[in-house]
Amino acid sequence: MNWFRYASPVEFYPLAGRMIPWFAIAAVLTTAFGLYWGFFQTPDILSQQKEYYRIIFVHVPAAWMSMWLYLVLVGWAVLGLIYNTRLSFMMAAAVAPTGALFTGIALLTGVLWGKTSWGTWWDWDPRLTSELILFFIYAGYMALQSAIEDSYRADRASALLAIVGLFCIPLIYWSINCPDPTQCAALHARSSMSAIETNILAAMWTMVFAFWMYSFAVIFVRVRNIILERERNSTWVSRLIGGDPS
Amino acid sequence: MIAEFFSMGGFGFYIWTSFGLTFLLMLAEVLYLRQQRRTNLKRIQRIRKMNAGSDS
Repeated sequence: MNWFRYASPVEFYPLAGRMIPWFAIAAVLTTAFGLYWGFFQTPDILSQQKEYYRIIFVHVPAAWMSMWLYLVLVGWAVLGLIYNTRLSFMMAAAVAPTGALFTGIALLTGVLWGKTSWGTWWDWDPRLTSELILFFIYAGYMALQSAIEDSYRADRASALLAIVGLFCIPLIYWSINCPDPTQCAALHARSSMSAIETNILAAMWTMVFAFWMYSFAVIFVRVRNIILERERNSTWVSRLIGGDPS
Repeated sequence: MIAEFFSMGGFGFYIWTSFGLTFLLMLAEVLYLRQQRRTNLKRIQRIRKMNAGSDS
Protein backbone atom coordinates (compact mmCIF):
# COMPACT_ATOMS: atom_id res chain seq x y z
CA MET A 1 0.00 0.00 0.00
CA ASN A 2 1.37 3.33 -0.98
CA TRP A 3 0.79 5.75 1.90
CA PHE A 4 1.91 8.76 -0.09
CA ARG A 5 -1.19 8.34 -2.21
CA TYR A 6 -3.13 9.76 0.77
CA ALA A 7 -0.96 12.86 0.87
CA SER A 8 -3.23 14.21 -1.84
CA PRO A 9 -6.47 15.91 -0.72
CA VAL A 10 -8.31 14.14 -3.57
CA GLU A 11 -7.43 10.75 -2.09
CA PHE A 12 -7.60 11.74 1.56
CA TYR A 13 -11.03 13.40 1.43
CA PRO A 14 -13.05 10.17 0.93
CA LEU A 15 -10.75 8.17 3.26
CA ALA A 16 -11.31 10.66 6.10
CA GLY A 17 -15.02 10.61 5.36
CA ARG A 18 -15.16 6.85 5.78
CA MET A 19 -13.27 6.98 9.09
CA ILE A 20 -15.29 9.75 10.79
CA PRO A 21 -18.31 7.61 11.83
CA TRP A 22 -16.03 4.99 13.41
CA PHE A 23 -14.14 7.55 15.46
CA ALA A 24 -17.43 9.19 16.46
CA ILE A 25 -18.91 5.88 17.60
CA ALA A 26 -15.73 5.01 19.49
CA ALA A 27 -15.81 8.44 21.18
CA VAL A 28 -19.45 8.09 22.29
CA LEU A 29 -19.06 4.53 23.55
CA THR A 30 -15.83 5.14 25.47
CA THR A 31 -17.24 8.37 26.96
CA ALA A 32 -20.31 6.50 28.22
CA PHE A 33 -18.12 3.75 29.59
CA GLY A 34 -15.63 6.16 31.16
CA LEU A 35 -18.34 8.24 32.84
CA TYR A 36 -20.08 5.15 34.18
CA TRP A 37 -16.78 3.90 35.55
CA GLY A 38 -15.84 7.29 36.93
CA PHE A 39 -19.12 7.91 38.73
CA PHE A 40 -20.27 4.46 39.79
CA GLN A 41 -17.25 2.18 40.03
CA THR A 42 -14.99 4.46 42.01
CA PRO A 43 -14.39 3.92 45.71
CA ASP A 44 -16.64 5.36 48.39
CA ILE A 45 -13.77 6.17 50.72
CA LEU A 46 -12.91 9.21 48.66
CA SER A 47 -16.43 10.16 47.78
CA GLN A 48 -17.32 10.99 51.37
CA GLN A 49 -14.98 13.95 51.62
CA LYS A 50 -13.36 14.82 48.34
CA GLU A 51 -15.95 14.22 45.65
CA TYR A 52 -14.49 17.04 43.59
CA TYR A 53 -11.70 14.76 42.46
CA ARG A 54 -14.13 13.55 39.75
CA ILE A 55 -13.34 16.73 37.82
CA ILE A 56 -10.12 14.98 36.74
CA PHE A 57 -12.19 12.79 34.40
CA VAL A 58 -12.59 15.78 32.09
CA HIS A 59 -9.75 18.00 33.30
CA VAL A 60 -6.82 15.62 32.81
CA PRO A 61 -7.91 14.28 29.38
CA ALA A 62 -8.50 17.85 28.14
CA ALA A 63 -5.12 19.01 29.43
CA TRP A 64 -3.30 16.08 27.84
CA MET A 65 -5.09 16.51 24.53
CA SER A 66 -4.25 20.23 24.56
CA MET A 67 -0.54 19.37 24.68
CA TRP A 68 -0.68 16.31 22.42
CA LEU A 69 -2.66 18.13 19.72
CA TYR A 70 -0.10 20.92 19.75
CA LEU A 71 2.63 18.36 19.03
CA VAL A 72 0.47 16.95 16.22
CA LEU A 73 -0.06 20.47 14.84
CA VAL A 74 3.69 21.17 14.83
CA GLY A 75 4.35 17.74 13.29
CA TRP A 76 2.08 18.52 10.32
CA ALA A 77 3.48 22.05 10.02
CA VAL A 78 7.06 20.70 9.85
CA LEU A 79 6.06 18.04 7.30
CA GLY A 80 4.42 20.77 5.24
CA LEU A 81 7.53 22.94 5.33
CA ILE A 82 9.80 20.04 4.37
CA TYR A 83 7.75 18.25 1.73
CA ASN A 84 5.67 21.20 0.61
CA THR A 85 2.44 19.21 0.69
CA ARG A 86 -0.91 20.98 0.71
CA LEU A 87 -2.58 18.38 2.91
CA SER A 88 0.00 18.71 5.73
CA PHE A 89 -0.79 22.39 6.18
CA MET A 90 -4.51 21.69 5.99
CA MET A 91 -4.12 19.08 8.74
CA ALA A 92 -2.18 21.55 10.91
CA ALA A 93 -4.90 24.16 10.42
CA ALA A 94 -7.60 21.57 11.20
CA VAL A 95 -5.95 20.54 14.48
CA ALA A 96 -5.60 24.06 15.93
CA PRO A 97 -9.23 24.91 16.90
CA THR A 98 -9.73 21.55 18.64
CA GLY A 99 -6.42 22.01 20.47
CA ALA A 100 -7.49 25.48 21.54
CA LEU A 101 -10.87 24.11 22.66
CA PHE A 102 -9.23 21.49 24.88
CA THR A 103 -6.85 24.10 26.30
CA GLY A 104 -9.91 26.20 27.17
CA ILE A 105 -11.67 23.22 28.75
CA ALA A 106 -8.54 22.35 30.74
CA LEU A 107 -8.33 25.93 32.02
CA LEU A 108 -12.05 26.24 32.85
CA THR A 109 -12.29 22.90 34.64
CA GLY A 110 -8.96 23.72 36.30
CA VAL A 111 -10.44 26.91 37.71
CA LEU A 112 -13.38 24.92 39.15
CA TRP A 113 -10.99 22.33 40.52
CA GLY A 114 -8.79 25.05 42.03
CA LYS A 115 -11.68 26.61 43.89
CA THR A 116 -12.59 23.30 45.53
CA SER A 117 -9.16 21.93 46.31
CA TRP A 118 -6.97 25.00 46.81
CA GLY A 119 -9.66 27.47 47.78
CA THR A 120 -8.83 29.84 44.95
CA TRP A 121 -10.12 30.15 41.37
CA TRP A 122 -6.78 31.10 39.94
CA ASP A 123 -3.16 31.38 40.95
CA TRP A 124 -0.11 32.16 38.86
CA ASP A 125 1.23 28.69 39.45
CA PRO A 126 3.78 27.71 36.77
CA ARG A 127 1.53 25.09 35.21
CA LEU A 128 -1.56 27.29 35.09
CA THR A 129 0.44 30.11 33.61
CA SER A 130 2.11 27.97 30.94
CA GLU A 131 -1.23 26.37 30.00
CA LEU A 132 -2.68 29.86 29.59
CA ILE A 133 0.28 30.77 27.36
CA LEU A 134 -0.47 27.68 25.26
CA PHE A 135 -4.03 28.96 24.79
CA PHE A 136 -2.67 32.27 23.49
CA ILE A 137 -0.27 30.44 21.15
CA TYR A 138 -3.16 28.47 19.67
CA ALA A 139 -5.13 31.71 19.33
CA GLY A 140 -2.13 33.41 17.72
CA TYR A 141 -1.70 30.56 15.24
CA MET A 142 -5.36 30.74 14.22
CA ALA A 143 -5.34 34.53 14.02
CA LEU A 144 -2.25 34.56 11.81
CA GLN A 145 -3.70 31.84 9.60
CA SER A 146 -6.86 33.86 8.98
CA ALA A 147 -5.15 37.26 8.78
CA ILE A 148 -3.11 36.41 5.67
CA GLU A 149 -5.27 36.22 2.58
CA ASP A 150 -2.91 34.08 0.49
CA SER A 151 -3.11 30.55 1.91
CA TYR A 152 0.39 29.67 0.65
CA ARG A 153 1.93 32.43 2.76
CA ALA A 154 -0.52 31.99 5.65
CA ASP A 155 0.42 28.30 5.94
CA ARG A 156 4.14 28.97 6.07
CA ALA A 157 4.00 31.94 8.41
CA SER A 158 1.73 30.16 10.88
CA ALA A 159 3.84 26.98 10.64
CA LEU A 160 6.85 29.01 11.78
CA LEU A 161 4.81 30.50 14.63
CA ALA A 162 3.74 26.99 15.66
CA ILE A 163 7.38 25.82 15.77
CA VAL A 164 8.40 28.82 17.88
CA GLY A 165 5.50 28.13 20.25
CA LEU A 166 6.76 24.59 20.82
CA PHE A 167 8.75 25.80 23.84
CA CYS A 168 5.48 25.86 25.76
CA ILE A 169 4.94 22.07 25.81
CA PRO A 170 8.01 21.03 27.87
CA LEU A 171 7.34 24.07 30.02
CA ILE A 172 3.85 22.79 30.89
CA TYR A 173 5.07 19.24 31.29
CA TRP A 174 7.94 20.00 33.65
CA SER A 175 6.43 23.03 35.34
CA ILE A 176 5.35 20.95 38.33
CA ASN A 177 8.95 20.17 39.24
CA CYS A 178 9.28 23.33 41.23
CA PRO A 179 12.81 23.44 42.69
CA ASP A 180 11.91 25.74 45.56
CA PRO A 181 8.31 25.89 46.83
CA THR A 182 8.89 29.28 48.41
CA GLN A 183 9.99 30.75 45.08
CA CYS A 184 7.23 29.36 42.92
CA ALA A 185 3.98 28.09 44.27
CA ALA A 186 3.58 24.81 42.46
CA LEU A 187 -0.01 23.82 43.09
CA HIS A 188 0.27 20.74 40.91
CA ALA A 189 2.35 18.12 42.64
CA ARG A 190 3.56 15.05 40.84
CA SER A 191 1.65 12.07 42.15
CA SER A 192 2.89 8.58 41.48
CA MET A 193 0.54 6.48 39.40
CA SER A 194 0.66 3.64 41.92
CA ALA A 195 -0.70 5.91 44.68
CA ILE A 196 -3.96 6.43 42.78
CA GLU A 197 -6.82 3.97 43.09
CA THR A 198 -6.90 1.65 40.05
CA ASN A 199 -10.56 2.36 39.29
CA ILE A 200 -9.95 6.09 39.17
CA LEU A 201 -6.94 5.66 36.90
CA ALA A 202 -8.84 3.30 34.61
CA ALA A 203 -11.77 5.71 34.29
CA MET A 204 -9.38 8.57 33.59
CA TRP A 205 -7.49 6.64 30.90
CA THR A 206 -10.79 5.66 29.31
CA MET A 207 -11.75 9.34 29.13
CA VAL A 208 -8.35 10.19 27.64
CA PHE A 209 -9.00 7.61 24.93
CA ALA A 210 -12.54 8.97 24.42
CA PHE A 211 -11.26 12.54 23.95
CA TRP A 212 -8.63 11.25 21.57
CA MET A 213 -11.27 9.52 19.42
CA TYR A 214 -13.40 12.67 19.53
CA SER A 215 -10.39 14.67 18.32
CA PHE A 216 -9.88 12.33 15.36
CA ALA A 217 -13.55 12.67 14.39
CA VAL A 218 -13.83 16.47 14.57
CA ILE A 219 -10.40 17.10 13.05
CA PHE A 220 -11.26 14.90 10.07
CA VAL A 221 -14.56 16.74 9.63
CA ARG A 222 -12.71 20.05 9.77
CA VAL A 223 -9.96 19.00 7.38
CA ARG A 224 -12.65 17.95 4.89
CA ASN A 225 -14.22 21.39 5.29
CA ILE A 226 -10.85 23.03 4.68
CA ILE A 227 -10.24 20.85 1.61
CA LEU A 228 -13.63 21.80 0.15
CA GLU A 229 -13.07 25.46 0.92
CA ARG A 230 -9.62 25.64 -0.61
CA GLU A 231 -10.27 23.43 -3.62
CA ARG A 232 -13.82 24.55 -4.33
CA ASN A 233 -12.92 25.66 -7.85
CA SER A 234 -11.25 22.40 -8.82
CA THR A 235 -12.97 19.94 -11.11
CA TRP A 236 -12.68 17.03 -8.67
CA VAL A 237 -14.62 18.89 -5.98
CA SER A 238 -17.22 20.00 -8.49
CA ARG A 239 -17.63 16.43 -9.75
CA LEU A 240 -17.73 15.00 -6.22
CA ILE A 241 -20.34 17.38 -4.86
CA GLY A 242 -22.36 17.36 -8.04
CA GLY A 243 -22.65 13.60 -8.02
CA ASP A 244 -22.77 12.35 -4.50
CA PRO A 245 -22.45 14.87 -1.67
CA SER A 246 -21.26 12.34 0.92
CA MET B 1 -30.43 8.65 46.99
CA ILE B 2 -30.59 10.50 43.70
CA ALA B 3 -30.31 13.89 45.39
CA GLU B 4 -27.30 12.59 47.26
CA PHE B 5 -25.71 11.54 44.02
CA PHE B 6 -26.22 14.95 42.43
CA SER B 7 -25.03 16.85 45.47
CA MET B 8 -21.67 15.04 45.22
CA GLY B 9 -20.85 15.60 48.85
CA GLY B 10 -21.50 19.33 48.51
CA PHE B 11 -19.28 19.70 45.42
CA GLY B 12 -22.11 19.18 42.94
CA PHE B 13 -21.92 22.69 41.54
CA TYR B 14 -18.22 22.41 40.66
CA ILE B 15 -18.42 18.90 39.31
CA TRP B 16 -21.54 19.35 37.18
CA THR B 17 -20.36 22.72 35.90
CA SER B 18 -17.08 21.08 34.81
CA PHE B 19 -18.80 18.24 32.99
CA GLY B 20 -21.53 20.50 31.63
CA LEU B 21 -19.11 23.07 30.22
CA THR B 22 -16.97 20.36 28.64
CA PHE B 23 -19.99 18.75 27.01
CA LEU B 24 -21.46 22.06 25.79
CA LEU B 25 -18.16 23.25 24.29
CA MET B 26 -17.66 19.95 22.46
CA LEU B 27 -21.26 20.01 21.23
CA ALA B 28 -20.79 23.59 20.03
CA GLU B 29 -17.72 22.51 18.04
CA VAL B 30 -19.63 19.66 16.39
CA LEU B 31 -22.62 21.89 15.51
CA TYR B 32 -20.35 24.63 14.19
CA LEU B 33 -18.50 22.16 11.95
CA ARG B 34 -21.80 20.83 10.59
CA GLN B 35 -22.94 24.36 9.78
CA GLN B 36 -19.60 25.09 8.12
CA ARG B 37 -19.90 21.96 5.98
CA ARG B 38 -23.42 22.90 4.84
CA THR B 39 -22.31 26.40 3.88
CA ASN B 40 -19.39 24.92 1.95
CA LEU B 41 -21.56 22.46 0.05
CA LYS B 42 -24.08 25.16 -0.90
CA ARG B 43 -21.30 27.38 -2.14
CA ILE B 44 -19.81 24.61 -4.28
CA GLN B 45 -23.22 23.82 -5.76
CA ARG B 46 -23.56 27.48 -6.70
CA ILE B 47 -20.13 27.55 -8.34
CA ARG B 48 -21.04 24.37 -10.21
CA LYS B 49 -24.33 25.81 -11.50
CA MET B 50 -22.58 29.00 -12.53
CA ASN B 51 -19.95 27.04 -14.50
CA ALA B 52 -22.63 24.85 -16.08
CA GLY B 53 -24.53 28.00 -17.12
CA SER B 54 -21.51 29.56 -18.80
CA ASP B 55 -20.79 26.37 -20.77
CA SER B 56 -24.10 26.28 -22.63
